[in-house]
Amino acid sequence: MQIYLPIAEVSVNAFLLLGLGGMVGVLSGMFGVGGGFLMTPLLFFIGIPPAVAVATEANQIVASSFSGVLAHFKRRTVDLKMGCVLLVGGLTGAALGVVIFNYLKSLGQVELLVQLCYVIFLGIIGSLMFIESLNALRRSSRNAAPVKRKNHTWVHGLPFKMRFRVSGLYISVIPPLLVGLLVGVLSAIMGVGGGFIMVPAMIYLLGMPTKVVIGTSLFQIIFVTAFTTLLHATTNYTVDMALAVLLLIGGVIGAQFGAVIGTRLKAEQLRILLAILVLVVCGKLAFDLLVMPSELFTLGAAGGH
Amino acid sequence: MLRLVSLLICLALPVMAQEGVVLGLSQNRVAITANFDGSEILVFGAVKREEAIPDGPPIEVIVTASGPKEPIVVRRKEKRFGIWVNTDSVTVDEAPSFYAVATSGPFNEIISSVEDLRHEISIRESIRSVGADMNIKDAQDFAEAVARIRENNGLYSLREGTVEVAEQTLFRTSIDMPANLTEGDYATRVFLLRDKQVVAAYETTIDVRKVGLERFLYNLSRQQPLIYGLLSIAIAIAAGWGASAFFRFVRQGS
Repeated sequence: MQIYLPIAEVSVNAFLLLGLGGMVGVLSGMFGVGGGFLMTPLLFFIGIPPAVAVATEANQIVASSFSGVLAHFKRRTVDLKMGCVLLVGGLTGAALGVVIFNYLKSLGQVELLVQLCYVIFLGIIGSLMFIESLNALRRSSRNAAPVKRKNHTWVHGLPFKMRFRVSGLYISVIPPLLVGLLVGVLSAIMGVGGGFIMVPAMIYLLGMPTKVVIGTSLFQIIFVTAFTTLLHATTNYTVDMALAVLLLIGGVIGAQFGAVIGTRLKAEQLRILLAILVLVVCGKLAFDLLVMPSELFTLGAAGGH
Repeated sequence: MLRLVSLLICLALPVMAQEGVVLGLSQNRVAITANFDGSEILVFGAVKREEAIPDGPPIEVIVTASGPKEPIVVRRKEKRFGIWVNTDSVTVDEAPSFYAVATSGPFNEIISSVEDLRHEISIRESIRSVGADMNIKDAQDFAEAVARIRENNGLYSLREGTVEVAEQTLFRTSIDMPANLTEGDYATRVFLLRDKQVVAAYETTIDVRKVGLERFLYNLSRQQPLIYGLLSIAIAIAAGWGASAFFRFVRQGS
């Protein structure tokens, strides 16, 4: 069944969208990630204009994060205070990101920016995750003791300290603000929640306990992506509600099944699978940038819009 | 000699005025609904004339349908630092969002290039690019790129020999409108040709509009972007909450 998307102004198969949403939903449920970093490139591949894909994906992430954060609130694994600090950074970052996005759009370089961001971040995160999980797999087979995390890093030397009771931390607010800012910018430019950057940053940089990390990042992601959606909707008119609804129906259903599958696999295996997936998406995008395109020309609407 | 020529012109002129077009369309509006997946419009008509069919080469017919014309920016990629990036850009002054040409015979054999230029019939002539920057080499390539890309997308088409002409009087063809249409007034033109000259022309419009939910969402997103954005977020939150509540219910129920 074809469906005409009112904002993207293209006609796509509704079942394809539901299926994509479902597939990414399963993966996001399995790995505990938002799935934006997979969905946005997939939307590019099926012919949704990049600006619409990025803005609409931000909207879809609101749905999947909200669904996730409810469970974490019930388990009391959300550090609200840390979440709010991250959020302040995130909202600033999102506003900044949309400004950058719109400026580059007027220059005709927005696709390049989005693709480059994807290649760089997916490449880094994917490789790190791959190496880390390979090491973890090797360790678990040898039964060695896990590496102990350093308790004192340069992070602890910064001013403006604040106590975060739920996380059991007494650290400066500068690092969480910066992490939030970076994630906000990426959310606006790449149409992702940014969990794949925030979660490692919270664990390794801020030293937060693993059990509150996911809930807190989801809490921050909801507000930042909601804000990004609103900014894109009011400045670019690129949020496609029909597209978002189809994706999120597939997504929320898929996520529930994914969560069930995820509990049956080992954590190390899951992580190595996710790393491979991330690297595959990264490779495909990099390939497109490096290989001479079959069509050198692209069309865009005039008037900086 | 001169007298002979003027006599011929006097004879020829009434002939040109004698033939006209009577046109019918299977539909003069296209509604873009949520499940719109293209539309086929049947164009049929007759040649109206007071006298007998004139001698000479038979009548030929060209039917065109054109979406709203708008300026577009065409960008060209070049390899910089090892990757392909957009470098030069040219604004093409006017290009139709959709353009279909159906003819009763091979295009170049039934119309002269002068007539094509005057009436802007062929795909190439429908794209107007005059303000190209002098600093950009091969500026002509940019206009050709518009035609090429849109032909590949099925938005521009030249279908030769698809207009059926019967007894030099009745003609019919169909215009295929793809699913990725934009809104607007689609100018539909019919040209009657004899000896590569246009002898009669007729123009009407097909109204292409989003309707129902499509219309509502599109208008809301442009006129009330804030409300639209908030509504999108509200739907997302409701869906996220609804799904987790539903699955909890299912799991507890079983």
